[in-house]
Amino acid sequence: MPKLPRAPITPRTKAGPVMTFTQAHLLGIEHLHPSEITTLLDLADHYVDLNRQPHKHSDALRGLTQVNMFFENSTRTQASFELAGKRLGADVMNMAMQASSIKKGETLIDTAMTLNAMHPDLLVVRHPHSGAVDLLAQKVNCAVLNAGDGRHEHPTQALLDALTIRRAKGRLHRLSIAICGDIAHSRVARSNIMLLGKMENRVRLIGPPTLMPAQISEFGCEVFEDMREGLKDVDVVMMLRLQKERMDGGFIPSEREYYHRYGLDADKLSYAKPDAIVMHPGPMNRGVEIDGEIADDINRSVIQEQVEMGVAVRMAAMDLLAQGRRAKTAGVMV
Amino acid sequence: MSICFTNARLIDPETGTQEIGSLTVADGHIVENGPAREMINCGGKCLAPGIIDIGVKVCEPGERHKESYRSAGLAAAAGGVTTMVTRPDTTPAIDSPEVLEFVRRRANEVAPVNVLVMAALTKGREGREMTEIGFLQDAGAVAFTDCDHVVRDTKVYSRALTYARSLNALVIAHVQEPTLSSGAAVTSGKFASLRGLPGVSPMAERMGLDRDIALIEMTGVRYHVDQITTARALPALERAKANGLDITAGVSIHHLTLNELDVADYRTFFKVKPPLRSEDDRLAVIDALANGTIDLISSMHTPQDEESKRLPFEEAASGAVAMETLLPAAMRLVHNGYLDLPTLWRALSLAPAKRLGLPAGRLSIGAPADLVLFDPDTPFVLDRFKLHSKSKNTPFDGARMQGRVDATYVAGRQVFSR
Repeated sequence: MPKLPRAPITPRTKAGPVMTFTQAHLLGIEHLHPSEITTLLDLADHYVDLNRQPHKHSDALRGLTQVNMFFENSTRTQASFELAGKRLGADVMNMAMQASSIKKGETLIDTAMTLNAMHPDLLVVRHPHSGAVDLLAQKVNCAVLNAGDGRHEHPTQALLDALTIRRAKGRLHRLSIAICGDIAHSRVARSNIMLLGKMENRVRLIGPPTLMPAQISEFGCEVFEDMREGLKDVDVVMMLRLQKERMDGGFIPSEREYYHRYGLDADKLSYAKPDAIVMHPGPMNRGVEIDGEIADDINRSVIQEQVEMGVAVRMAAMDLLAQGRRAKTAGVMV
Repeated sequence: MSICFTNARLIDPETGTQEIGSLTVADGHIVENGPAREMINCGGKCLAPGIIDIGVKVCEPGERHKESYRSAGLAAAAGGVTTMVTRPDTTPAIDSPEVLEFVRRRANEVAPVNVLVMAALTKGREGREMTEIGFLQDAGAVAFTDCDHVVRDTKVYSRALTYARSLNALVIAHVQEPTLSSGAAVTSGKFASLRGLPGVSPMAERMGLDRDIALIEMTGVRYHVDQITTARALPALERAKANGLDITAGVSIHHLTLNELDVADYRTFFKVKPPLRSEDDRLAVIDALANGTIDLISSMHTPQDEESKRLPFEEAASGAVAMETLLPAAMRLVHNGYLDLPTLWRALSLAPAKRLGLPAGRLSIGAPADLVLFDPDTPFVLDRFKLHSKSKNTPFDGARMQGRVDATYVAGRQVFSR
C-alpha cells in the first residue's frame, strides 16, 4: 500500500471544529488521510442537519460553477451531485457525454480542454475507464471530483457508506464489515476496502472466486467463498449490485444459482450480529443479490439513509474543495 | 580508408573478454592490426560490435508521422544500433513482395544504418492465409512474423510453419494465449486490482509458448519467440532447447529494466505488449538471459504519437520508443551486477547475428566493421524531446541513466558521433 500523506495542520479561522483537508481534487480514497476522511464526514453530518430543515440552502458555493460530466449512464449519482451543488448555491450544468462529442471522435483531453476554457470551478466526472478521471484532473484548472472511474474508485460512495455506518453504529472503527458480491467489477468495493481499512476496521470480502480480483487478500481483507461463514458475527453487511452490463461472459452460471449461494436472505443474515445493518449502493436487483423483504426492513436496511447521506457527503466534499481553492487563490494574491 | 582504434576496451562477446587493445578496420571490415590512415585513441572507453536489434517498428508505410526510415535510422545510429531488423506491423502490413520492395528502397535511401526487413507470416497479419513466403524471401525478408498478432487457428498456423520449414525460413512469434489475454491492459495481480485495470494472467504466455513448442516439434520450423517475460514460461523454454528443437528467445529491454509498478498513476508510456510484469518475473528473466536460456535483447521499438498515448490507460496504444535508450538501459543490468559486458553483448549483437546468419556482431577478423564506441559510466538524465525518433514515447523520460554512445560506425564509416 502507498504511504499515507502526513496530516496537515491548518486550523480554520472560522468558528467551529479544526478542519484538515488539503486535497485539490477528490479522485479516490487512496489519496486521503484518515483525518481528512473524518473532517469530511464531520462536515457532512452538519449538512445532514441542514438538509432536514425546511429551508435547505447554504451559500457555500455561491458564484461557483459546477459541471457534471457523465460519460456513463447514471441517475442517482448525477442527481445527488446536482442537488448537492444547488443546495450550496452553485450554478450546476449537466453534460450527458455518452451522447455528445465523444461519439464524434473527440478525445477525452480535447473535451476537457474545451470545458476548461469555460472556467468551471468544480468538475464532477464519471467515466467507464479506470484512471480516466485522474487523467482529466491533470489537464484542467478546476477541482475534479471522481464520480466513478471504470472499476477503480468511487470515493463519494465510500464516504456516504462510511457516514451511514458511523451514524448507525456510533463509530467508524473496530467494526467487522462484510462486502458481498461482484468485487472484481466494483469500484464501490475498492473505495470501501480502502476507506474502511484506513479507519481500522476488519473487512471481509464474500463472493464467488470468478468475481474476486487477483491477490485481493493482500489488501488486508479476509476472503470468503462461503457466504454464511463470511457473515458470521459481522456488524455491517454491504451488498453490491451484480453488474450485468459488465459481465462479458460467464462469470456465474445463472442468476438463480447466484441468488441461492450469494443472495442476502433472512437465513444468511441470521449469521451476522443481531443488530447488523444491511447496505446496498443501488440500484438493487431484488431477487438476485438481495431479498426484497430484507431491503425493505426498516430495522435492518439503511439503504434509504445511504441515499440521504449521499447528498450531504457530496455537499461536504464540494464545500471543502471550494474552500481549498479559495484559500489557494487568496494566498496567490497576497 | 582504414581506421585504427587504440587504447579501447574491446568487448568481445565471442571470447567473453573485455581487454584493452587495438582494433583496425579497413574497407568496411575488421582486419589484422596494422598501419592505418586514421588513428583514434579511445581513451579506455568501450568498443563493441554494433547492436543488432530484431523487432524495430518503423511506421512506413502508413504512419510516417510517427517514425520514418530516416528518423528511425538516426535514432538507431545514436543508440549504437548498427542493424535494424524491422517489423511488418505497418499499415498496410508488409505481406507482399511489392510492399517489401518499397520498404527496402526507402530504407536504403535514407537510413544511415543497415536495415533488414521482416515480412508477415499471414496476409494482413490476420491469421487466415499464409503470405508468399518464397517470393518474400527472394525479395529479402529475413524472417516472418505476425508481430503481436497470434495466429489463433492452429491448423492455419501449422501449415504456415510447415511451408516456412521447407524454405528454411525463420519464424518469429509472439506467445500469448489470445482469448485469455483479450482486453487486458496490465498483468493481473495486486497492482491490477488496486488500479482497477483488466489484467492477464502471466500464465497466458506459458500457454502460448507450450502450443508453439508442440508445433515446432511437429513441423521442425526454425523458430524464435520475440519476448519471454515471465518466470512461468522459462522451464518450458529450457526443456524445448534441451530437447534439441530449433528455438531461440528474446526479451524486450523494458521487461528487463521495468516492472508493473512503474505504471503507477496510469502512466501510458509504460503500457507495452505484453504488459510489464512483476519484480519476481523481471529478476527471473534477467537470470535466464545471463545463463543463455533467453538468447537476445530487443528494443521492441514502437513509436506512438502523443494522441494515441494521451488516453485513458485501457484505450491508450501500447509500445515505447527504445532504440536510443537501449544501451544505457541495458547498462543498468551491468551496473547492478547482473551481467558483465561481454555477456550483455552476446545478447545485443552476437546472438541476433547468429540467429539471422549474419557475419556481424563480432570483433573477429573479417567481420563487418559495425562498431559502437561508448563510455559505460557517463551519467545523464534523459530528456525525451532530445531523442531522434519522431515519436517521444519513452518510459525513461527524466530517468537517471549511466552509459552513453560516443560514436557509431557502420561498415567502417562513422554514422554518429556525440
